[in-house]
Amino acid sequence: MPEQPTGAQRMTGAEIVIKSLLDQGVDVVFGYPGGAVLPIYDALFKQNALRHVLVRQEGGAVHAAEGYARSSGKVGVVLVTSGPGATNAVTGLTDALMDSIPIVCLTGQVPTHLIGNDAFQEADTTGITRPCTKHNYLVKDVNELGRTLHEAFYVARSGRPGPVVVDLPKDVQFAEGLYEGPANVRHRTYRPQTEADPALIEKAIDLIAGAKRPVFYCGGGVINAGTEASKLLTQFVRLTGYPCTLTLMGLGAFPASDPLFLGMLGMHGTYQANLAMHGADVLINIGARFDDRVTGRLNAFSPGSRKIHVDIDPSSINKNVPVELGIIGDCRQVLKQLIEAWKKRKAKPDGKALKEWWRQIDEWRARDCLRYQPSDSVIKPQYAIQRLYQLTRDMEPFITTEVGQHQMWAAQFFGFEKPHHWMTSGGLGTMGYGLPAAVGVQMANPGKLVVDIAGEASILMNIQELSTAVQYRLPVKIFIINNQWMGMVRQWQELLHGGRYSESYTEALPDFVKLADAFGCVGMRAAKPCDVDRIIKEMIKVDRPVVVDVMVDKTENCFPMIPSGAAHHEMLLGPADEAKKPVSEEGMVLV
Amino acid sequence: MPYDKTIRRHTIAVIVDNEPGILARVVGLFSGRGYNIESLTVAEVDAVARLSRITVVTTGTEMIIEQIKNQLARLVPVHKVSDLTAEGPHVERELLLVKVASTGDERVEALRIADIFRARVVDSTTESFVFEVTGSSEKLSAFMTLMDPLGMVEVSRTGVVAISRGPQAIMKRGEAG
Ligand SMILES: Cc1ncc(C[n+]2csc(CCOP(=O)(O)OP(=O)(O)O)c2C)c(N)n1
Ligand SMILES: [Mg+2]
Repeated sequence: MPEQPTGAQRMTGAEIVIKSLLDQGVDVVFGYPGGAVLPIYDALFKQNALRHVLVRQEGGAVHAAEGYARSSGKVGVVLVTSGPGATNAVTGLTDALMDSIPIVCLTGQVPTHLIGNDAFQEADTTGITRPCTKHNYLVKDVNELGRTLHEAFYVARSGRPGPVVVDLPKDVQFAEGLYEGPANVRHRTYRPQTEADPALIEKAIDLIAGAKRPVFYCGGGVINAGTEASKLLTQFVRLTGYPCTLTLMGLGAFPASDPLFLGMLGMHGTYQANLAMHGADVLINIGARFDDRVTGRLNAFSPGSRKIHVDIDPSSINKNVPVELGIIGDCRQVLKQLIEAWKKRKAKPDGKALKEWWRQIDEWRARDCLRYQPSDSVIKPQYAIQRLYQLTRDMEPFITTEVGQHQMWAAQFFGFEKPHHWMTSGGLGTMGYGLPAAVGVQMANPGKLVVDIAGEASILMNIQELSTAVQYRLPVKIFIINNQWMGMVRQWQELLHGGRYSESYTEALPDFVKLADAFGCVGMRAAKPCDVDRIIKEMIKVDRPVVVDVMVDKTENCFPMIPSGAAHHEMLLGPADEAKKPVSEEGMVLV
Repeated sequence: MPYDKTIRRHTIAVIVDNEPGILARVVGLFSGRGYNIESLTVAEVDAVARLSRITVVTTGTEMIIEQIKNQLARLVPVHKVSDLTAEGPHVERELLLVKVASTGDERVEALRIADIFRARVVDSTTESFVFEVTGSSEKLSAFMTLMDPLGMVEVSRTGVVAISRGPQAIMKRGEAG
């Protein structure tokens, strides 16, 4: 037997899994058992330090872990069985990869001697998850298990965060081996650059200070860099007095109530944000990735601006939009460097130009682009979300969403003052994300108000997780903007397919109030505008999971909108614009 | 920034951990993101540090090549990415095995051309030869063109391996990091 390194302990693979998670500071695992992970479930049973949340479908486990991670800043952990357990997790893993969410997902695997034999519940998990994880491992030797798990956590949370899968054959879980704690684990290759090159910082300050029509365009990278990064961003933006817009992923990185905030940008962003992007002479991108939802038609994107791009992932720089100054580093660190350099130089913005720029922006703002036609007889979806915001904002609620129009209205009408309070599936746009994510958020934030702003179609994709919420007494609130349509699909069909509403109407919706009841939740319904405030107040009061069915206008569309293939200055501001500005042929093929 | 839109051929060397799945990761990256692979070779080059070297020949615009390099560098088990084409003078070599099955004049002619290309005969029967040629990809292709009408029945090529000229090494040997 080889000599034991100091501090190494002998235990089974299953015990090593539990020990590693505890040593990583994990307090909860989201999972679902099965044959290939029974030894780990057995080890879980024998201890009390690590909690397990039993979801109702493995897809829910990953979204729950995402919600947990995004609202706490910690790594979310998932445990699922081999074969179908692992394949069910794939959507969530892809979602976490697209949105850069740190996840460690442990999957059971058939014993090593059966791998490749098409054994029962065997799937090539590392093969299937290779393109949808930041990295993955198959552990064949129990002595490698502890080190691999610690490495997995390191990879998941370092640099640009992402999901990591560790595939664990059942024999490895049973085998005895040596466990090594996290202290001695140093990764062979992976050491992302966090501090920016000082010379680039100086160049950035030159550009920023010399700007006449500047705009800060910031995203999820700021959120991922921790709460302090958002504080630093706020400080820096205020130092300059420049306007700031945020991506869908970045909401909360800069206070929504600040007069320098222009609202979200992009396809359903505000008029002022998109036109500021279009008209800017210096664009300061911190932690955003020039996603196609943001840029619109690339050859007309912010055509006159000199661009600075701060990102921890070098592959994000010059991927979609060529920039003049690419700065690799962690947003928190880079913001710190920028503030220091700005102060040291006693840099001053061009007051006269800035005043003129703000005059122009205020003119755009005065268009009041989020305005909608209010109604006394039917609940406007925007109204419902606006009221939800007004009546809960003092409680600093955590908001998750599903995907569709309701998601965009939530982004437009809900103001976030702080990071880590807004959880939405941005990159992948996964319907069914919001409810399990809310479960994870509530686990990380007991006693806080957690609301899933949902669509009636999306919520049905993971409705089974209501059962999880009930089991763990998680008082999540499901606020369904029920328009009886896959509203976003219908909106595109209206705009692009001559109003042929192919399969976008749900004929046989369940009665959500009864459904809530059947799950052991509380069901409520709002049918008239006058019900909305009362229902919201009641919902907040109930200390149990609540499903609120808000029956809204079935035909409302989400504006402003940059149709695909169009540029920022070609926004549709409302229904009247729809007819006037047909979508280009190139735009039709885009999603 | 005005980026050069011309499509160019680049030879890129990648030093990776020699671990299961690494090749699938690299190949998957190219196919998943729609990049070209003209050739790809891989073998362990440092048994102590368990490092392999992948040489990939690819084509693309300046922006795409930059993306390819950044995406490769982003893979967790990748130690080093080096764009030999961009970084200066380097040597590229490929090895070719060609089987020619013919008799009479064709056979004689094949031998004569092989001689000009300094090909080695590594197998011979009364009705066939296997020639081995090393050199640039262009030289190998030229050899194949000439052998084609002379009874060439099978070809095996290694793909390009490459190394920079001069004393500088891609990274320190025996050092993983
Ligand atoms: C898993 C998945 N399937 C399909 C889609 C395409 N899709 C985007 S929005 C949408 C409709 C969503 O309807 P609903 O949840 O009612 O939201 P609404 O747009 O009506 O607010 C669909 C089908 C998706 N985003 N995710
Ligand atoms: Mg709907």
